[in-house]
Amino acid sequence: MTTLAHPRVLTASRAAVGRRRRDPARWIFFAAFLLVTLAIMLPVIIIVLTAFKPASEVNAYPPTLFPHQWTLDNFQAIFSELPFARLILNSFGFAGGVTVFALVFDSLAAYALARLDFRGSRILLIVIIASLMIPFQATLIPIYQLVSQLGWVNTFAGLIAPRAADAFGIFFLRQFFVSLPRDLDNAARIDGASEWRVFRSVVLPNAVPALLTLGIFTFVNNWNDLLWPLVFTTDQEMGTITSGLTLLTGPGGIIPQGVMMAGALIAVLPLAIMFLLVQRRFIESVASTGLK
Amino acid sequence: MTTKHLERPGTNRGARHYRPPGQLGGRTPLNGTFKRRATIVGFLAPALIVLAAFVGWPMISALQLSFTDASGFGTPEFVGLENYLRVFTDPDIVQSMGNTALYAVLFTPVAIVVALLLALVINSPRLPFRGFFRSTLFLPFIVSLAVAAFAWSYLLDPQVGLLNYWLQAVGIRIGNVLQDPVLAMPTVVLVAVWKNFGFYMVIFLAGLQEIPTSLYEAAQLDGANGWKRFTNVTFPMLSNTMAFVVIVALIAALQAFDQIYILTSGGPYRSTETIVMQIYQSGFKDLDLGFASALSYVLLIVTLLLSLAQFLFFGRRGKDTES
Repeated sequence: MTTLAHPRVLTASRAAVGRRRRDPARWIFFAAFLLVTLAIMLPVIIIVLTAFKPASEVNAYPPTLFPHQWTLDNFQAIFSELPFARLILNSFGFAGGVTVFALVFDSLAAYALARLDFRGSRILLIVIIASLMIPFQATLIPIYQLVSQLGWVNTFAGLIAPRAADAFGIFFLRQFFVSLPRDLDNAARIDGASEWRVFRSVVLPNAVPALLTLGIFTFVNNWNDLLWPLVFTTDQEMGTITSGLTLLTGPGGIIPQGVMMAGALIAVLPLAIMFLLVQRRFIESVASTGLK
Repeated sequence: MTTKHLERPGTNRGARHYRPPGQLGGRTPLNGTFKRRATIVGFLAPALIVLAAFVGWPMISALQLSFTDASGFGTPEFVGLENYLRVFTDPDIVQSMGNTALYAVLFTPVAIVVALLLALVINSPRLPFRGFFRSTLFLPFIVSLAVAAFAWSYLLDPQVGLLNYWLQAVGIRIGNVLQDPVLAMPTVVLVAVWKNFGFYMVIFLAGLQEIPTSLYEAAQLDGANGWKRFTNVTFPMLSNTMAFVVIVALIAALQAFDQIYILTSGGPYRSTETIVMQIYQSGFKDLDLGFASALSYVLLIVTLLLSLAQFLFFGRRGKDTES
């Protein structure tokens, strides 16, 4: 059995490419999986298609997948229902601000933990990892109280400060920094570079994929976050897209679904564009960093 | 986390202080003790100040609050263990704990099985356009749960929902699942699985790509079929990845909020009321801050215990492989 199978396995791997192209089973497999994927993507497809349906079609029976008549009315309506431009700006300010601060603060701390061996660094790392287990909800109330004592309610400072550093990010980057060859920075140190210099000119440029990955995670998570902006912003002018859209569905919110989907589509668009631009590097660096 | 692999490889375990390599003659910028300390503090300070202010201090403060009747007005009074007693005796709270457990028990295995199956298909060299599938199936993860929940509730609408309509066409009547006390929870879980599987899938893909192909070739030479190759090669080699995904999924399940808030607000008849929904309700709607804090602490302790149990369970198995 083994002796028979042996040559077959080898030829299969060598001639595989040429034969695969003509293999009908392969295309049946592809078609079946494409159907599964389409079924899974149905909610996303629905968001896109409903956004372009006129109000009369959105609630028509029997329901249809595609609009008979394409319209942009929903997009106009969402801007008149909500201070939508302002909400988009707030989302960028909040998610973008958090991302910038978290990347800077996390990478600094991660560098110290990965490269500057000091007494207690291991204990500090364990404490940081342990704090990952704390549900955000468990500290939500005191955080809110602290922010309001600082007089930061309904300000960007208040929205951003509690997230300006994040234990997950420190851990994630530390794992990446540790994996960089030690000779890189020692060479710079021999040349008399300061630690700050080593960090900025040697370690950071080599950590771009990890920073990119963490940056996207942070941006997406905060852009999409509902609970924190919901409890934190009492002033609608300071809300984010995600929290703003939920206001529409709240009690008594009789907003047409088409308008809602238009809002949803606009809310997803920046993330989708960003993700599609960097997706290859993104998924690869999830694979290559300590996220396993 | 064992302390073992927190150690940088190649470090002498006894040497705690940074010692410059011999050839540097001990003359590095970090040699001066004061300057070295200042440098370390400088690097750590920004992150540690934020974490201390917004994670450390709130934890202590929540613990204090949980023993008082704080309501946001007037001076909170010490009430001892009253809030904690209420957590375990109030039938509503006990029910929401049961709901949270049910949610976690449904969500974790389903999400993991779906993610692993899709990762296996996408990883298969027989599939054309793998890159397309990989990025398409990751898309639900970047759609906010709040937005995804709108789309789902529209699809499931008993009158005009497309999904209901199609199911009826093939003879399945599901009715108004979000108003059905039995079906509401599975529906909420389904939406959460849909939203999160992409993230777990990518992590599984990363794990799958790390398995040396030589192992599969060897298994094939021994005449192992597809299923045998999965149970004897793939699954054991994924144990580290699995450990990570299980704990991340479990913690996500315990903290479920967004989709419940949008889809059901905890209804019908409190059948989807989870602990975090309850914390939000007591803390920010009823302004019962002391009670909400006690509830938070119970959630915190459960999360820590589960993480610890998971760590003890998986920590042994994946010891030899660095995480």
